[in-house]
Amino acid sequence: MPSPEPLAEAERLMTICNACRYCEGFCAVFPAMERRRSFLEGDLIYLANLCHDCRGCYYACQYAPPHEFGVNLPRTFAELRLETYEDYSWPRLLGGLFRRNGVAIGALLAFCVILVLVLVLTFQGPTALSSAAREPGDFYTVVPYVAMVAPAAAILLFGIGVFVSGFLRFWRSSGGRFRDLLDPQAHLRASRDALALKYAKGGGDGCNYPDEGFSHARRWLHQLVVYGFLLDLASTTLAAIYQHFLHRIAPYPYLSAPVVLGTVGGVGLLVGTAGLLYLKFGADDRPADGKTRAMDVAFLILLFLTSLTGLLLVGLRATSMMGSLLVVHLGVVAGLFITLPYGKMAHVVYRYAALLRNALEEAHDKAASTSG
Amino acid sequence: MLILGGGNAALCAAISARRAGASVLLLESAPEHFRGGNSRHTRNLRYLHESGNEILSGPYAEEEFWEDLISVTGGETNEKLARLLIRGSTDLGHWMTEQGVRFQGPLRGTLNLSRTNAFFLGGGKALVNAYFKTAIDLGVEVAYNSEVQGLDAREGEFKAAIVMREGATHEIPAKSVVAASGGFQANIAWLKEYWGDAADNFLVRGSPFDTGLVLRALLDCGAVSVGDPRQCHAVAIDARAPKFDGGIVTRLDCIPFGIVVNKLGLRFYDEGEDFWPRRYAIWGRLVAQQPEQIAYSIIDSRSKDLFMPSVFPAIEADSLTEMASRLELDPAVLETTVAAFNSAVRPGVFDSSTLDDCATEGLEPPKSHWARRLEEAPFYAYPLRPGITFTYLGVGVDERARVLMKTDTPAANIFAAGEIMAGNILGKGYLAGLGMTIGTVFGRIAGGEAARHALS
Repeated sequence: MPSPEPLAEAERLMTICNACRYCEGFCAVFPAMERRRSFLEGDLIYLANLCHDCRGCYYACQYAPPHEFGVNLPRTFAELRLETYEDYSWPRLLGGLFRRNGVAIGALLAFCVILVLVLVLTFQGPTALSSAAREPGDFYTVVPYVAMVAPAAAILLFGIGVFVSGFLRFWRSSGGRFRDLLDPQAHLRASRDALALKYAKGGGDGCNYPDEGFSHARRWLHQLVVYGFLLDLASTTLAAIYQHFLHRIAPYPYLSAPVVLGTVGGVGLLVGTAGLLYLKFGADDRPADGKTRAMDVAFLILLFLTSLTGLLLVGLRATSMMGSLLVVHLGVVAGLFITLPYGKMAHVVYRYAALLRNALEEAHDKAASTSG
Repeated sequence: MLILGGGNAALCAAISARRAGASVLLLESAPEHFRGGNSRHTRNLRYLHESGNEILSGPYAEEEFWEDLISVTGGETNEKLARLLIRGSTDLGHWMTEQGVRFQGPLRGTLNLSRTNAFFLGGGKALVNAYFKTAIDLGVEVAYNSEVQGLDAREGEFKAAIVMREGATHEIPAKSVVAASGGFQANIAWLKEYWGDAADNFLVRGSPFDTGLVLRALLDCGAVSVGDPRQCHAVAIDARAPKFDGGIVTRLDCIPFGIVVNKLGLRFYDEGEDFWPRRYAIWGRLVAQQPEQIAYSIIDSRSKDLFMPSVFPAIEADSLTEMASRLELDPAVLETTVAAFNSAVRPGVFDSSTLDDCATEGLEPPKSHWARRLEEAPFYAYPLRPGITFTYLGVGVDERARVLMKTDTPAANIFAAGEIMAGNILGKGYLAGLGMTIGTVFGRIAGGEAARHALS
């Protein structure tokens, strides 16, 4: 159960917004709100997760603070989203990490880097730290292949499990039926909306981010992060295929597909995360929630470090820096993987669930209007 | 030159004047958060256009516009200015878009575009934000918290504005001035001159800063007045609304679906006379004429979801006796009123989308449509008070937006735009989105003319 405060506040705001409706052109939240006359918990967490935090409604609102109605939808929805991430994570004990995300992720990151370092020193000896990767298999003299892949895969699988269970519970409590999840049209529409970041466009001119002016900067930087991340995912997958099926062992040549994909993706991530961090530090904090911002910053820094250490590793792999860089990179990646289900990555899961639900509702509206 | 006001008309004047090369200072009495006057609460404007486009569903031609204006004003309009307004509104959306205003496109499934009125994306505050940004980027100087309390003007020649700012009075001279500071609907003391103590129970739907000080100063300087000073546009809104600035969310659309009783528990007007959009504007006055300026709309459970959701929850009761005690009405009178109403309802087929045949027979006042017996508990009630939108009193202007003086000559360097001169065109009644049209068209004229005068 989300705590009563943001829920009650979200209900109060939705009641005001539903009597006003001036913002209906900004995004999917308002048309979704207009399909309802009252707002139960499931409706509110759905609407909160459908919100892309473009902030158009905050600046356009004649009831925004200091008006006595004090309508601040982006902030309230951000608080409610954080509650969602916490409530639907597993185990509940770790869900609490969302509350102190910056500190938790920072501490865990340091721990992971030190852990990898200690393990390498213990099992491979100090010389491993100053080795270079020039021949196939050289990486594995620092960290053996199994030690590299097995824990990562286990952690990742666990994270995916947490997300799947969170998704299903979110779906149920927001009123969705299981068979709705099998609607390919809805998935197609939701994926399109997600991949295009459609609702981060505000009414078309972009978000009111980092301030009152309209700008597409946040959306484009976010796209760099998304597609950078996906390219890196593709690169890793391809490398795994090379290794297992083609028996080609890393390091791969600079112009090989895994390295090119990884480098392009890494640069995208680096620029995207740096840009988002830059925007965030100059952003108007009135429509923002402080805890959410800490979570965002922690995740952006983690992605930035992952991509920075990865790119350095690729660039300097033939030098004696390789051993140390590999230790740092693997430590950072371990930190990223472990915290994945307890940080900002959760927004992908619940935002997608909300977009899917929205796609189903829109299809339902359309069917009703053509038959009626 | 000076612009007095910070709403749509003032901003259009400021932008036009600045683009014409004048150096412009805009004086807004509100703090930055509440800038924009009643434009904050608007949503759309009406303009002439030859064909439909991405924000309007079809053409709206001059004659139709003119006929719409005649039908709401009953002909109480200055034809020369009205024609100027209509023609001047041609394709206004393009100009507004160039100044940064954004319009709302068609929404998937839910809302169809209007043919006559273009809707601002995000509403009037978003429009005000866009205009302020453009004006400031162009170099217009903006001073908030600056209340114009008087004008130094003799025989139509403006010298300086007397401005209260941060507790001190300043005299700000200028070569020309545009008065665009709205009506006096937030000035309860002034309203009392016409309404007596009843005005204490009026709620003001818009900005508390629309006190009409500039309007009064202009009239004191010898400007010609237009519009009936006793008239105001008032609707019945939820009595629980804030005294000022409650805006759109305090409106109630439930009245046609039940009965409305006053403090004495008696009905006083035909709740189902016509479709609500054609009648809502008379209910402010109707409630204002009732004892203590309060009334209650009572519906039963069948009508609960027939109207737009409103911001305050309905008062719920399982019986009429309980409802009477909730509303502090005499239970015996309320029950008699409802019984008389119920027995006068003649059978019919209820249809909220047409002027249906559900009416009362032999009842005074009658209910002409949507009359259904009030019998299915729970009952719901909404308290009503007059919510004043704007006043009609203004100053006369000519086609160059110059303020007309009682000496039958236009002022040399005083111009007016927006609500302060809307009475020239809207002698009575209201046409949705026309206030913004008047503000935009005459704001642009006044800004251009005032700039020309200042630069000459």
